[in-house]
Amino acid sequence: MANNPKRYIDPHIHMVSRTTDDYTAMAAAGIVAVIEPAFWVGQPRTELGTFKDYFSSIVGFERFRASQFGIKHYCTIGLNSKEANNEALAEEVMDLIPRFAGKEGVVAIGEIGFDEMTAAEEKYFRIQLDMAKELDLPVMIHTPHRNKKVGTSRSMDICIEHGLSPARVVIDHNNEETAKEVLDRGFWTAFTIYPKTKMGNKRMVDIARRYGSERIIADSSADWGISDALAVPKTANLMLEEGIPEATVNAICYGNAILAYGQSGQFNEKDWLDMVRPDLTQEFAGNSLLRGGGPENPDLSRLIV
Amino acid sequence: MTPQKLVLHWLKGRLSAADLAWLEEKSTLLATGAADKDVYTAYSSALRHSGKAPLELAPADLDSAQAASPGWDPSDWTCEQAARVALLLALPPGSKSSQLMDRVYQTADVGEAVALQKAIAVLGHPEGHMARARDGIRSNIQSVFEAVTVRNPYPAMHFDALGWNQMVTKTFFVGVPLHLVVGLDRRVNPDLARILNDLAHERWAADRPFSPELWRCVGPHADARALEDLKKVLNTGTPLEQRAAALALHASPRTEAARIIYTHPELAEAAQTGALTWERLYDGE
Repeated sequence: MANNPKRYIDPHIHMVSRTTDDYTAMAAAGIVAVIEPAFWVGQPRTELGTFKDYFSSIVGFERFRASQFGIKHYCTIGLNSKEANNEALAEEVMDLIPRFAGKEGVVAIGEIGFDEMTAAEEKYFRIQLDMAKELDLPVMIHTPHRNKKVGTSRSMDICIEHGLSPARVVIDHNNEETAKEVLDRGFWTAFTIYPKTKMGNKRMVDIARRYGSERIIADSSADWGISDALAVPKTANLMLEEGIPEATVNAICYGNAILAYGQSGQFNEKDWLDMVRPDLTQEFAGNSLLRGGGPENPDLSRLIV
Repeated sequence: MTPQKLVLHWLKGRLSAADLAWLEEKSTLLATGAADKDVYTAYSSALRHSGKAPLELAPADLDSAQAASPGWDPSDWTCEQAARVALLLALPPGSKSSQLMDRVYQTADVGEAVALQKAIAVLGHPEGHMARARDGIRSNIQSVFEAVTVRNPYPAMHFDALGWNQMVTKTFFVGVPLHLVVGLDRRVNPDLARILNDLAHERWAADRPFSPELWRCVGPHADARALEDLKKVLNTGTPLEQRAAALALHASPRTEAARIIYTHPELAEAAQTGALTWERLYDGE
């Protein structure tokens, strides 16, 4: 896949938690498309209505917000593992998911999987795998922070048990310890580049050197915590600097996301190549997001607001 | 032809036989009483059967639209919007269906929300769509706001003055061309004229530009302050602003307005003869 000028996809980022400064920087760094997986918003939800409005916002307002910066926004729909532990609520959320999963730009069921590996987590993980099969959607799997190796193996076992093809499942948040098994078993193998936990991008360079690019994806998973919305383009640049071939970098930071999530029929390169890119420097009077003259500039040396 | 038959007729030449059959089958299902769940899924899946190509209706089709439902202008509709509207038109008009549409709207993605708002141009039981239409005016999603505001006869026909004035004023904040708003001249009112005249002063104070279409809603109800402002714009504005001021003054019933406009005889004559209109305001820009 030719990729000139440089384009990147961040196939896992929680834009509802990010600012317009992030969008501006992402667009400037070459990010053309993002996938926003439904996730835990930090504060546990206690009502079905807050799930409904959250799902609505990631197929609605956030899509619009991204478009203002020339970034095509997609999402995945699912009940995350942490909140699967509130069983009464989880049960209601299961009825809500089919109402969103068939919408435009929903590229997978996710992020689902394990957190503590409780029985409730497993129950709703399995129900959602069946939904993905029925809806013919790929799956995005969150692997646990604790007991990671076992949780990752077990997640893959369960996918196979439910008859899902590894080629339609992305296992995310991998590290050096899990990568080999996930790759060997034929699953898409995603790495989250995080400043402190998960993967640093220097380590990602070693992964690329060791395994090449087949079925390997980099993402930022940037959210409300300390994270970096530019992790994908930064990793791409670091890999190039460290002598990783351009085709490999391109696959890890752009092309493989299209191959994996394109299987939904909802994630097509044409969507963002045809997108009209707004001129971010143009004057916008009034109360739109680009209030009064383009995106904010965090540079304190520019005093005129 | 009814709006629904018309929409299906337009799609006939544009969708595959299988996709059209799907749409007709779902329309029948919705017309004869479907579960909420079936409505949600049909409405969401419509896009996969319609695609997003523009309808590109011929002038004769647009005439048929006007004949089927006064003020209906689907000239910018896409196949997606037509297919979704066909499904909404299939629901039996009444409060039960409009409440169901409210629930569809609550969880709508951007494209679904846009089609729902465009549909109110032709849906029966107009009072059932009021709260949803007013919600569309509150939206910060440009395409949703435009779906209510642009080429849609519903607001002029049904909004009260508060809603109407809010909508027209917001067009100047989000950059919607005012001449695309249906029924504008019919719904001008003294409050709107004052609100927009105030807005002009705010923008001048802030040294920020605004569309000279603003004066269109000020002219017919121009008071002494507005006439002073229009005189200033006529004498010192850009050529575009001067043309707008001339049109606004021409629409004022006050003799003072006539006196001001005749200080610029060419503009006065152009407004008088119809050589200059709000629709042609931007010609030559």
